[in-house]
Amino acid sequence: MVKVANINPPKIIPALLDTTSKCDKNNTRLKIEKLNVSFGKNHVLKDVTFNIKCNSITAIIGPSGCGKSTFIRCLNRMNDIIPSARITGKIILDDINIYDPNYEPYELRKKVGMVFQKPNPFPKSIIENLAFGLRLHGIKNKREIEKRVVSAIKSAALWDEVKNRLHDSAFSLSGGQQQRLCIARALAIEPEVILFDEPCSALDPISTAKIEDLMINLKQRYTIIIVTHNLQQAARISDYTGFLYLGKLVEFGETTKLFTAPKEKLTENYITGRFG
Amino acid sequence: MEISPALNTPLNIKSYANHRRLVQKIGISILFLSLIVTIFFLFIIVIFIAVRGAGVLNIEFLTAMPRQAMTKGGILPAILGTFYLSLGAVIFALPLGILTAIYLNEYTGANTLVRIIKMGINNLAGVPSIVFGLFGLAIFVKFFGFGVSLLSGSLTLAIMILPVIISTTVEALKSIPDSFREAGYGVGATKWQMVRGIILPAALPGILTGTILGIGRAAGETAPILFTAVTFFSRKLPKSILSEVQALPYHIYALVTEGTHPKEQIPIAYGSALVLLLLVLGLDLIAIIIRTRARKKKLW
Repeated sequence: MVKVANINPPKIIPALLDTTSKCDKNNTRLKIEKLNVSFGKNHVLKDVTFNIKCNSITAIIGPSGCGKSTFIRCLNRMNDIIPSARITGKIILDDINIYDPNYEPYELRKKVGMVFQKPNPFPKSIIENLAFGLRLHGIKNKREIEKRVVSAIKSAALWDEVKNRLHDSAFSLSGGQQQRLCIARALAIEPEVILFDEPCSALDPISTAKIEDLMINLKQRYTIIIVTHNLQQAARISDYTGFLYLGKLVEFGETTKLFTAPKEKLTENYITGRFG
Repeated sequence: MEISPALNTPLNIKSYANHRRLVQKIGISILFLSLIVTIFFLFIIVIFIAVRGAGVLNIEFLTAMPRQAMTKGGILPAILGTFYLSLGAVIFALPLGILTAIYLNEYTGANTLVRIIKMGINNLAGVPSIVFGLFGLAIFVKFFGFGVSLLSGSLTLAIMILPVIISTTVEALKSIPDSFREAGYGVGATKWQMVRGIILPAALPGILTGTILGIGRAAGETAPILFTAVTFFSRKLPKSILSEVQALPYHIYALVTEGTHPKEQIPIAYGSALVLLLLVLGLDLIAIIIRTRARKKKLW
């Protein structure tokens, strides 16, 4: 994949930076303990246990059907909307198990934002795409909403392309722009963690490069977890990588180590293209 | 892999091609003929009513009260009555229908009970309208004591068009891709916030289309209002929701079957039929326009 050189790394807007990181002394943002997920009789994730560090990019790789998407959708409880899903184990965020019955999923999703595989802006104007989320969380003042919308669009490196057409339909944007709008939508509500579920699989190489640059910039402020099919992408942007195979976490570690000196034979076979 | 040896008898392509061409031609001819016959009858009905009814159509006919035992004057009370009845039916049926559809599509799973309920609602749409009329007579006119009135008629029509509104709304909601729902949850919406803020606005054109088709159906029916709302003739326009009303479909029926001066009354019946036809076609046209506009705007 080509790396496009002349893309200015987007600047993070200070107004968005108030989310003080709540990390413990080990710099851990999310603790995943014995996570098991099954849909009906299909046991998709088996005893997945590892920690995700603050202000880093963690990539989850693995062949199709290994449970990558299921895993990332556990982190904001998106699997809750599937009736047959059964989830056990713990995911600890800010000292609380997000699967605690008293934890409302919509409160969690304010802290853990998500960008989906296919760009899915709301069928609304560009500005409304962001304003909707802000209003949900109680921001009613029009000027305040506008300020935050502009700031989030700038952080998503989209401002120059949309500043004159904020009231146009979000569908008038190109696929890559739509995906950055979806990132802006996630940023607007100031999450702590952002999940990317194969965010570039529907995009061309230039749009992909823009989004990768954006992610590298965003990790200063957010903890980022990305599921990807693209091994080069994982190697390029992530600090840590987990390899999932048949629902088990085969190996987890620093990206450079995992890609240069994998501990497991299975990992080595996968990253050298022997299967997958 | 083994490839089977060539067969000794090659396919006789040429003669079979002729046969296929013939079947193809006959098939297309039959389809085309069916279309022509259908269009012919639709066209004839509209032309027939228009030619017979156009003679009496003028401003007075649309805006005046009937005079001289309905042999002269206009059909204003019938037009207004049909308008009020349809409006009343929509006022009752729309909120109930939309809320029911939202609940059915967004809040229920795929279990047997839900399937039975959905099937029941769809079958309700096929119940003969006279049955709704009898039901309205028993429940609204007698049991609730609303009498033969605008209220009873509107309620009866509302029940009749409920299945139409519910099923079109369910279809409209179904056509909204789940990715919008996930996006809504993704920014921290509760289910209701997601439905209210994302799904309903996106489904609105579809819901409107169904509603207008429902109004068209309500405006054109005779049987449901026969025992519940209409009167053959009233000297005054309806005063309250408990008044009896005249209505176009029943007006036509009455003029043709119960009149004492058929010579003068039959043309008025055709005039009324033309007005009703234009009304219903107009409503359908509005529905079509809304639908096409929404389709053009829809980019997902």
